[in-house]
This record gives sequence, C-alpha cells and structure tokens, in this order.
Amino acid sequence: MAIIPNPHKTTGFLGWIDDRFPLTKLWKDHISEYYAPKNFNWWYTFGSLALLVLVNQLLTGIFLTMHYKPDAAQAWHSVEYIMRDVPWGNIIRYLHSTGASAFFIVVYLHMYRGLMYGSYKKPRELIWIFGCLIFLALMAEAFCGYVLPWGQMSYWGAQVIISLFGAIPVVGPDLVVWIQGDYIPSDATLNRLFSLHVVAIPFVLVGLVVAHLMALHEVGSNNPDGIEIKKKKDANGIPLDGVPFHPYYTVKDILGVAVFLIVFLGVVFFAPDGGGYFLEKPNFQEANPMVTPEHITPAWYFGAFYAILRAIPDKLLGVVAMFGAVLILFALPWLDRSPVKSIRYKGPIFKTALALFTLAFIALSYFGMQAPTTLGTLISRIGTAIYFGFFLLMPFYSKIDKTKPEPERVTYEAH
Amino acid sequence: MSNQGVDHGRRRFLTLTTTVVGGAGTVAAVWPFLASLKPSERAKALGAPVTVDVGKIEPGQRVIVAWRGKPVWFVRRTPEMLASLPKVAADLRDPESKEPQQPEYARNEARSIKPELLVMVGSCTHLGCSPTFRPDHPAPEIDANWQGGFYCPCHGSKFDLAGRVYKSVPAPLNLLVPPHRYKDDHTVVVGEDQTEAA
Ligand code: HEM
Ligand code: FES
Repeated sequence: MAIIPNPHKTTGFLGWIDDRFPLTKLWKDHISEYYAPKNFNWWYTFGSLALLVLVNQLLTGIFLTMHYKPDAAQAWHSVEYIMRDVPWGNIIRYLHSTGASAFFIVVYLHMYRGLMYGSYKKPRELIWIFGCLIFLALMAEAFCGYVLPWGQMSYWGAQVIISLFGAIPVVGPDLVVWIQGDYIPSDATLNRLFSLHVVAIPFVLVGLVVAHLMALHEVGSNNPDGIEIKKKKDANGIPLDGVPFHPYYTVKDILGVAVFLIVFLGVVFFAPDGGGYFLEKPNFQEANPMVTPEHITPAWYFGAFYAILRAIPDKLLGVVAMFGAVLILFALPWLDRSPVKSIRYKGPIFKTALALFTLAFIALSYFGMQAPTTLGTLISRIGTAIYFGFFLLMPFYSKIDKTKPEPERVTYEAH
Repeated sequence: MSNQGVDHGRRRFLTLTTTVVGGAGTVAAVWPFLASLKPSERAKALGAPVTVDVGKIEPGQRVIVAWRGKPVWFVRRTPEMLASLPKVAADLRDPESKEPQQPEYARNEARSIKPELLVMVGSCTHLGCSPTFRPDHPAPEIDANWQGGFYCPCHGSKFDLAGRVYKSVPAPLNLLVPPHRYKDDHTVVVGEDQTEAA
C-alpha cells in the first residue's frame, strides 16, 4: 500500500519519519510555530526551569536508587555510604536534595506569576488545575523522599504526616495503620514510601506535566498584560503580538537556565545543606522511634502549611485547615470575579490583598520552621486568617474593585 | 457493515452485562492490592507483652522501654511531683480522666496503679511525636503555671506529670496509659491487664 506523503513535504530520512510519525508536526506545533506573546518578562522562565529541575530530579534519582537500600535497618547506612564511599556520590545526593528545594522555589515563583497575571482565569482554568495537581503530587513526592534517609527528621516527619489521616473521624486510626502497614512507622512504611517515590509518583508527575503543557498549548500563553493575543491576528492567522517560541524564547530560556545553574550549583557545591534549611541537622542522626528530637520542623517548603496546622488548637480542624489551604487553590479560577486578569490593571483592593497574602505566606513559612512560641502562634493565627481571607473574600473584593482599562495590544518596548 | 436487522434489545443487554461483570471484576482485582498494604502477619506478631524491672528507677527519673515499637515511659514520681497534680487541674482539658485513655484501674488523679510509678505510652495524642520530659519548673516559656510535665516539641502540646493534657493545645486527649500489671513489687508487665483490683 502506498503511503500518503506527509503535508510538510519533508524528504530523505526526516521525510521517511514524517510519513510514519508526526515529528515535524510536533516540532512545529509546540516549538517553531507555537506563537507566544512577545512581552514575556523573566517571570515566564520559571516554567522551563521547572522542567529542568524535574529532569534533574529524575536523573539524579535514578543514580541514587542504584546505591540506596529501602530497608529500615540499612537505609541510613546506605545514605552514609553514598556520601562517603560512592565516587561522586555526595554530589549526586546534593544535586537531588538541593534540587528538591530548588523545585519548590521555582514552582512557588511560577505559581506566584500565575497569581499576578491572572493566568488561572478563563480560558486557562485547566492549566491551573493541572498545575495544582502537580503541586499536590510534588508535595507527596517530597514527603516520601524526605523519609527515605531514615534519619530522625525522616522518622518523626513520617509519624506526624501519616498521623494527620488519623484525625479523620471513625476510619482515621485504621487508615493510619493501613498506610503504615504497621502500628508505627516502620520498615514496611519505608519500603512502600520508596515505591511511591521512585515509581508511582514520578509517573503521575510526568503525566500531569504533559497534560499541563497540552492545555497550555491548546489555549496559548497568557502574558504580563493579561490580554489575549489571539484576538488580533494577521492575514495568515498568526497573532500580531506573537513570536515563535523558537528561536525567541528558547534563547531567552537558555539565559534563564544559565543564571539558574550558577545559583543552583553554587549552593550544591558550597552550601549543600542550605544553612540547615535544605538538609536539616537532626536528619544527620539515625531514626530513633523512642525519642523525638527537641526541635522538629518540616522542610522549609512545607512551613506555611505546617504553621496553619499548628495555629489551630483542635486536631481535626487543624488538619482540615492544612489540607484546605492547598485545596482552595483549585477554586481560584472561580473566586476571581475581576473583569481584568493582570495585576497591572487590577485595582487597589486586589493589590493590597495580594501584598497581605504574600506577607502572610512568608510569615507562616517562617514561623512554621520555628519552635512553637506564644508570639509565633499569634502571628500564625493572623497569617492563617489572611491566607483564607485572600481566597474566600475574593469573590467580593475582586468584583467591587476599581480596575483600569486593559490596552488593545500588549505593552512592549523593543530592545 | 450494515445495521439492518440488528437486535437492539439484545445489543443493549450484552453491553449492560459486560459492563456489570467487567466492573465487578475490576473491583475484585483491586481488592488484593489494597489489602496487601495491611500489616503483615509478621508485623502483627510483634505485639507481645514486655516485662520491666522498675526497682532501680530513682525518684524523679524516667526510663524508656519499647513496647509494640512505641516508647513506654516509667517515671518514679517524688511526693513533690504528686503534690503538683492538683495545682494544674484548672488548666487541663480532662483533669478527671473521663476519656477512656487509661484502663479502669488507672483512672485516678495520678493515673497509675501505684501513685508514685507512672507507666505511660510516650506518644502525643496529637500526631504521635514523643513529648519531652520537662520536670523542671517554673518554665514560663512553656506555661505560666508549669509544675513539671511533658512538652511536645512538634506542635507544642503540654501534659502534666500524670500525662493529662492542657487546654488550648492541639492534642485532644490525655496520654495513653497502657494495660499493665505488677508481677511483683518491682516488676511490671506492659501489655497485660491487672486482673484483681489493686
Ligand atoms: C513540575 C512542575 C511544573 C512544570 C514543569 C510546569 C511547566 C510549565 C511551563 C513550561 C509553562 C509555560 C512557560 C511559563 O508560562 O512559565 C507553564 C505555564 C503555566 N503553569 Fe506550570 N509547571 C509546573 C507547575 C505548575 C503549578 C504547580 C502551577 C499552579 C498551581 C502551574 C500553573 C501554570 C500556569 C497558570 C501557566 C500559564 C501561565 C501563563 O500563560 O501566564 N504550573 N508551566
Ligand atoms: S504531635 Fe505532639 S503536639 Fe503535635
């Protein structure tokens, strides 16, 4: 049977492939003829950086798995072994552990960009929702990985996080035993968290990232002005304010990658424990189920959610608020009733609300990492109120806010 | 392919039965996977009672023993420590131990069989950290009226020297007193109940 020639009219080896597989089509659709707004600023590199960090985690993870032993009696020693005896083992481990923190820095900034420019609003709700699912998967992945070295923080972190499910009425306690596979966090627990960390969650994560990008490329990127470039097209149907992703943004993103790598590798080489925030001191001791370390705090990227848990003096409500703080992100596209997307054209109320929310999130993250004090609890309670107020009151304040008119075309100065 | 002469009733019936049988099969296939995550027979077997010699515990001292993988504390309380218990009662959530966090035979102010010897599971009733033994007092950084007790480093729950929880902390319940009995004057078996009233 004769093959129908491909529409790109490619010949030779590429032509042979294109007759059988949409290689040129994929390249054009997603890279060389994907039109992105020409007014992107540096906030728009964090998406590509997130991809880079994801690849870093996958690669370094594969190599760590070649030396690590998922066994409560051996895990700790196998990590020491990686650090001391495996050639370059310490660098590979630091790339992975610092990579985890970098992942959250990049993803938090990436999400914040969405918050500023209204990227979650119609028609990008699904991009945002896939993003939220990625964030959930990322949190689960980070938690499982944190447990693997089976140090003191690993053990007690697992104890606390798994016990959160025990707050669920009626089934809670049995659920905890089922998750742990034992009556306490133990070898069975470590083994299954390893399986999730190394196989299940990475699969889900990669799948979600693909869905995230498919949704993005279906509707096209937003931009710092929050206006749709697809509304103004030239005779060929190409957005007037669009430029092809390649070479314009590939080059721009490579600059972002270079800056990122300088900072990232600087930390990996010169301060791999990030001053105790990226790798915590008590985790340099092997797990001891009899004694909780005196200062137990979560990894910095969970600080805000942990502070919310601690702020509420009720077990069930604390757990509900903590999970609620993540889940409420999903509702954001429907909470914002503003007629404009970008912070540039939003009114004073939204700007104030976002500023307060930013301060609250930073304060919560900080106090979540400190030992509980009366002052810290008070500030955490205020921060929790602001956090939820920002979202729950948004339908009202975003509606009555005085917005500025959006421009017809994106604002852009050639450089 | 032609659709003529298709028996639609029969087609619907076949679709329906396939869906039902397939659905039931899927549910049945999921079950073994979920059930495989339950504690194994080996994990269940590790719950045996432990026998502890408490004779050498000094007054005011705490000893930690593992029972079912959890820390069990033995604290020999001094008369002064026991005298502190009524002083904090007003600050507690459940000063009379109404919640079933202890066997009947330990439902008293000291929450123990012998007042001086506290036997308790050292797992915070909030999320399971092991609270720190803080017999020193006053300790205003913990509580204005601190008479000694246990302070949980995880989310700041406070317990008195009988493991009774303070008000307005995340932990909802008093610490658990495990089933235990005195084999003789200085030997305690954790994991077995006291039979005759002590
Ligand atoms: C593994 C993690 C993630 C990866 C690899 C990733 C990747 C990307 C990439 C490559 C882009 C296009 C470039 C850009 O606009 O920066 C993008 C856009 C976007 N992402 Fe993500 N992302 C991740 C996580 C998230 C999360 C957690 C959220 C929010 C909850 C999110 C929300 C968005 C939104 C709303 C856009 C569209 C932005 C716009 O057009 O203005 N992403 N993502
Ligand atoms: S585990 Fe003790 S206060 Fe949370």
